[in-house]
Amino acid sequence: MATKDYVRERFFPHIWCPGCGHGIVLNGLLRAIEKIGLNKNDIVMVSGIGCSSRIAGYVDFHTLHALHGRALAFALGVKMSRPELTILVPMGDGDALAIGGNHFIHACRRNIDMTAIVMNNRIYGMTGGQYSPLSGFGTLATTAPYSTIDSDFDVVQIAAGAGASFVARTTSYHVQQMASILEEAIRHKGFSVVEVMSPCPTYFGRKNKEGGAVDMMERLKNVTVPVGSKAKQENPSLIERGVFVKKEIPEYCAEYQKVIERAMKG
Amino acid sequence: MSEIVKFVQGNEACVEAALYAGMDFFAGYPITPSTEIAELIAVRLPQKGGIFVQMEDEIASICAIIGASLTGRKVMTATSGPGFSLMQEGLGYAVMAEIPCVVVNVQRGGPSTGLPTKVSQGDVNQARWGTHGDHAIIALTASTHQDVFSITVDAFNFSETYRTPVILLFDEVLGHMRERLDIPKAGEVPLVDRLRTSVPEGVDYHPYLPREDGRLPMSDFGGVHRYNVTGLFHDMWGFPSEDPQVVHELLRHLVDKIDNHANEIMRCKEYYVEDAETLLISYGSSARSALHLVADRRQRGDRIGLLELQTLWPFPTMLVQEKCRKARYVIVVEMNMGQMLQSVKMSVERPERVFLANRVDGTLITPFDIRNVLRLIQGKGV
Repeated sequence: MATKDYVRERFFPHIWCPGCGHGIVLNGLLRAIEKIGLNKNDIVMVSGIGCSSRIAGYVDFHTLHALHGRALAFALGVKMSRPELTILVPMGDGDALAIGGNHFIHACRRNIDMTAIVMNNRIYGMTGGQYSPLSGFGTLATTAPYSTIDSDFDVVQIAAGAGASFVARTTSYHVQQMASILEEAIRHKGFSVVEVMSPCPTYFGRKNKEGGAVDMMERLKNVTVPVGSKAKQENPSLIERGVFVKKEIPEYCAEYQKVIERAMKG
Repeated sequence: MSEIVKFVQGNEACVEAALYAGMDFFAGYPITPSTEIAELIAVRLPQKGGIFVQMEDEIASICAIIGASLTGRKVMTATSGPGFSLMQEGLGYAVMAEIPCVVVNVQRGGPSTGLPTKVSQGDVNQARWGTHGDHAIIALTASTHQDVFSITVDAFNFSETYRTPVILLFDEVLGHMRERLDIPKAGEVPLVDRLRTSVPEGVDYHPYLPREDGRLPMSDFGGVHRYNVTGLFHDMWGFPSEDPQVVHELLRHLVDKIDNHANEIMRCKEYYVEDAETLLISYGSSARSALHLVADRRQRGDRIGLLELQTLWPFPTMLVQEKCRKARYVIVVEMNMGQMLQSVKMSVERPERVFLANRVDGTLITPFDIRNVLRLIQGKGV
């Protein structure tokens, strides 16, 4: 099946700004799904609210465009009811880690089999450029006109610390790596977290003088290095990308089946 | 004829009814005085192969049941005041996206953390307007455990019929008090399953195109029809739309599908209403005290009656108007500052004859409290 067959053409053109990295995430995701060969009827995409979350409208799966921050809670209800379905949960950075931070860590802890994709553009784009928990110290935003004094979360460390069994980071620039990491994440049996660094030239770039879409793409190339590389040891400010955690631990739905068996034995 | 007779708490009666109605997914978070509902379901549901999950908070609980409902399950959550406040966001989503679900609120004293182990009926208006935006909602209550059972089954049936969240507004006294419950035989009480679409695979399917009667035959997630569900205003495909006509029609549909069936949704009980000069209107555990006073006064020959409301929303305006027409005095008996009083006053022809007998100190209103109000109205002094 061609990648095109996975989208709802009727609802294009999409709402994302020129230069936004989110369309590339959509592309990477569809390539991963195509590679795995999943049936469209077996995929449920659950998203929250924000620029990133509009991705759910464009894919021809069962799609649930939920509430801001709550996508993972909705997704749990779907997955536990129908464990055989593949669940994809794309979220924005504010969506996943500010308003949805509690749901995020608890989903990691439960290790329920789904793929959480944090489309990290370091800004609230849909509301016009406010700082997010991933903006980082010293960032300019409409709500931080004198620059932020908030430190940012490290998504990889949070997810790993909270117990996610697959944790990875990639960027909208590294399209091949993105598709292959997403494929690995979807195939993984357990809670997978993939952070995708994705540029927002309209708000983050403009506010923080990072240039246009091309400059921001180039920056993604320059500030990231493969996980475990020597460059990181020499320059700690570089951001690692790749797979950080991959472990086989008990999965939530499978464990719940055992609860049913214990209860039925009486 | 009942199959099983039990001596139970109201919370347990609610659980028995939910299981009877076919609930097979529950997500919740512990909160007094509703916790027994979650505890009992945690034991019982896995025995039937159903799913119980304890979530990280009430917000997640209602979101989880909405997700489960979309796959075709019959779902419920249970909470109390503070948790009910947290659920308002999800309730609005279920209204907008037309997701059947049952939300139990065993009321305690509020506002805020309030009185966790004490009774109140302070969430009546929150049930109606707690979530933002125009909408219709169904909220039901009861005053005995037998009625808790039947109204809980009704809640599931209404929820599946009209594809809407249904709120069960119980209270601490009802939840914790023990009394007899006769559980009907399987099949004795009719159960409603939601409509499913008959549109075959491959045909353009419109999940949000209602039938003429307002009902929506939807396909379950994981089935052959793939569609979008959103809390945004949406067109017949479920895709976001800001078209004024689409917005207008959807909002009208959401309100009309409940309001046009208010008669079918209406549940009430009448005691000596026909010739009553004094009519008490009450609901939930307050109605027990009201009924006690009515029975007592009837023995003395007083023409007093009780209209017990079980459907609180949509408010039974026509019924209340009709029943109050002949009464000299109407006394609304409730444990809040007069939340139902307002709706009653708006429904009757002579609102100046409607009085409030209430109690808001965390203790159950007594027949004596109501008698005092009655005597004051009659100019007799307490």
